[in-house]
Amino acid sequence: MNNTFLILKQEYLKRVKKKSFIILTILLPFLVAGVYGLVIYFSIKDDTEERKIAVYDESTLFLGQFDDTGATKYYFIPEDKYTELKTNLKGSGYYGLLYIPRDIYSNNQAQLISEKQLPIELAEQMERKLSRFIENDKRQKIIDESGIPDLDEKLAQTRTSVRLSTLKLSESGETTESSSIVAFIASYAMGLIIYFFVFMYGAMVMRSVMEEKKNRIIEVIISSVKPSQLMAGKVIGTALVGLTQVAIWVTLGGIGLVVVSSLFAPESAQQMGQSLMEAQGGMNPAAAQAVDSNQFTEVMGMISNLNLPLILFSFVFYFLAGYLLYSALLGAVGAAVDNDEDSQQMVFPVTFPLILSIMLLFPIAKNPEGQLAFWTSIIPFTSPVAMMARIPYGLPAWELLLSMFMLVLTTVGAIYAAAKIYRVGLLMYGKKVNLKELVKWLRYKN
Amino acid sequence: MELFEARNVNKVFASTQALTDVSISVKEQSIFGLLGPNGAGKTTLIRIINQITAPDTGEIFLAGKQMTRADISKIGYLPEERGLYKKMKIGEQAIYLAQLKGMSRGDAVRNLKLWFEKFDIMTWWNKKVEELSKGMQQKVQFVTTVVHRPKLLIFDEPFSGFDPINANLLKSEILKLREDGATIIFSTHNMGSVEELCDNIALINKSVKIEDGPTDAIREKYKSNIFDISYSGNYAEVDRVLGSQYKIIEHAESEKGNTLKVQYLNGNSNNDLIKALMPVAEIRAFEELIPSMNDVFIKAVEEANRS
Repeated sequence: MNNTFLILKQEYLKRVKKKSFIILTILLPFLVAGVYGLVIYFSIKDDTEERKIAVYDESTLFLGQFDDTGATKYYFIPEDKYTELKTNLKGSGYYGLLYIPRDIYSNNQAQLISEKQLPIELAEQMERKLSRFIENDKRQKIIDESGIPDLDEKLAQTRTSVRLSTLKLSESGETTESSSIVAFIASYAMGLIIYFFVFMYGAMVMRSVMEEKKNRIIEVIISSVKPSQLMAGKVIGTALVGLTQVAIWVTLGGIGLVVVSSLFAPESAQQMGQSLMEAQGGMNPAAAQAVDSNQFTEVMGMISNLNLPLILFSFVFYFLAGYLLYSALLGAVGAAVDNDEDSQQMVFPVTFPLILSIMLLFPIAKNPEGQLAFWTSIIPFTSPVAMMARIPYGLPAWELLLSMFMLVLTTVGAIYAAAKIYRVGLLMYGKKVNLKELVKWLRYKN
Repeated sequence: MELFEARNVNKVFASTQALTDVSISVKEQSIFGLLGPNGAGKTTLIRIINQITAPDTGEIFLAGKQMTRADISKIGYLPEERGLYKKMKIGEQAIYLAQLKGMSRGDAVRNLKLWFEKFDIMTWWNKKVEELSKGMQQKVQFVTTVVHRPKLLIFDEPFSGFDPINANLLKSEILKLREDGATIIFSTHNMGSVEELCDNIALINKSVKIEDGPTDAIREKYKSNIFDISYSGNYAEVDRVLGSQYKIIEHAESEKGNTLKVQYLNGNSNNDLIKALMPVAEIRAFEELIPSMNDVFIKAVEEANRS
């Protein structure tokens, strides 16, 4: 026990003291926040590139009707100019050439010619302009023909946008406001974080085992301690590093949340909400009204309405159990191989379920009640990621318990098998190891 | 008194027999040479002593008691393939390894400092292993093997990677360790050092122990009754009197005197040879050639492989 503790301490301090750990731990949250900040910033920010679009309107319906949008300016041109530009757009100063055919009303077709691949947004903008114009025109005709007075306003009043606020009924009969979007984001994020942690720390254990084997210090170490003590110290020490990292991030996140919520007092939240809506191009002007002054605080409320204690508890559980499972397997791989190429080959089959679960994360998070989500969250090798993705939505207790039970059972079995492989592998050099060979080792006696 | 004893140890790996009924006993405060060709089973035996692997059958004893896992802190082991944590500082690493052998931190630091000073490597304390040359690393490794004052020391090829000066330093340290009470099992292919250091040896070939006993007695056993003789006298006369009873391996004549290398065949003794020579030659020097450990090794292994 004493030796396990010594190794644990050594492994823990070695990693925590590393510069890369300190930098990663402190920087990563800012990095993530920064990346998301940039994405939001760029999507809000106006497209400022000045573009001139030449419009040849064969139908003559739109002449003078195209307003410039932002930095995009429209110029109507006659037919001969169109024929000239059509073959020679380069150097003309026009970014694109819009051709509106005579039969656009019946066909709903127009053409946009450019040298470069056009931004989707620009093309969509023109489509919207044309569609809305034709739509309005058609409607106006109906209004005129019908002879009903004020039909225009009456029709406008029929436009409706329903907002669904989702309430979740808890067992005690209280309703709390929930949001599927918040749950989805939380679900996706949880799955990703678990994947990231299990993979990163599992691989860390493997590298550490490989290093000892490659250095040949392993023989000295296991003439002092039992291989099982060595493995236990290594695995627990590394897990503590992971938990330390989580603790730091939770603390930083908590501080960040407090700072952000005090920065975004209701009025600025409103501004942000509106600019977000505007950025979406005013596709649905009515939706803008949906942004009420408290949207931000509402989201914060929804976050706190997630079952945070359960999420945190499950996170720690699935992190630890998933990590134990994979680090035991990866540790055995590290002990079995003695060069990097072999380890690459062995790592893939071992970590495949984990990779599979991350590939399935999106469908699972989208439909957390489905068969796929159910089975992947029960099967132990995928359950750490899959179950974490389901928990923010809430699920029956028996499913969670079954999943946990299966995972614990498998992990214990994996540790037992890994310990055998580990013992045999540590002092085995120069042997090309494959899965068949490993199965053979399981049957060795000491 | 025996400090270490292995009784009828057998070990099979998959389909290879690594040790067949091997017994050795090592006297307290002696240096015991464990010899044998590559792949004979020496490393397996050493790993069994270190409790890294368990024997299939057979027992091992330390100071008269059956060995347990707890006894490994009483052993210091320098494996043939050695290594240290490359990125770790040397002082910290040595303390860590000493602690794993059961020393308290304070004790470890105190003892390590003594050894580091003795080896004149105190300046390396805060260096990382990767900054040291191979030979320097070996020194550190030796210190970490002996620092916890183990009763039993196992050195597998301790001199490999050392220059002659450091090899001598190491040799004298090993002898000093024995004087201070340690018992040493020493495995090497360097037969010169076996002659110099080992009180007893065991020779293992193809998993079987083929020879063991005091080094001198074994060399004696493998002697082939060859003598170097210097004399003055007539070679033709000498040749005649020695006749068919003796085999002259080589001879040389010079103004200073003649030399002769001769082997006696069955049933003779040293005195018979002298008696036969006395009438025809004046004997100046008479020396029996004792085979080197190198010769013994080769001869014993070849004989074992023939039978």
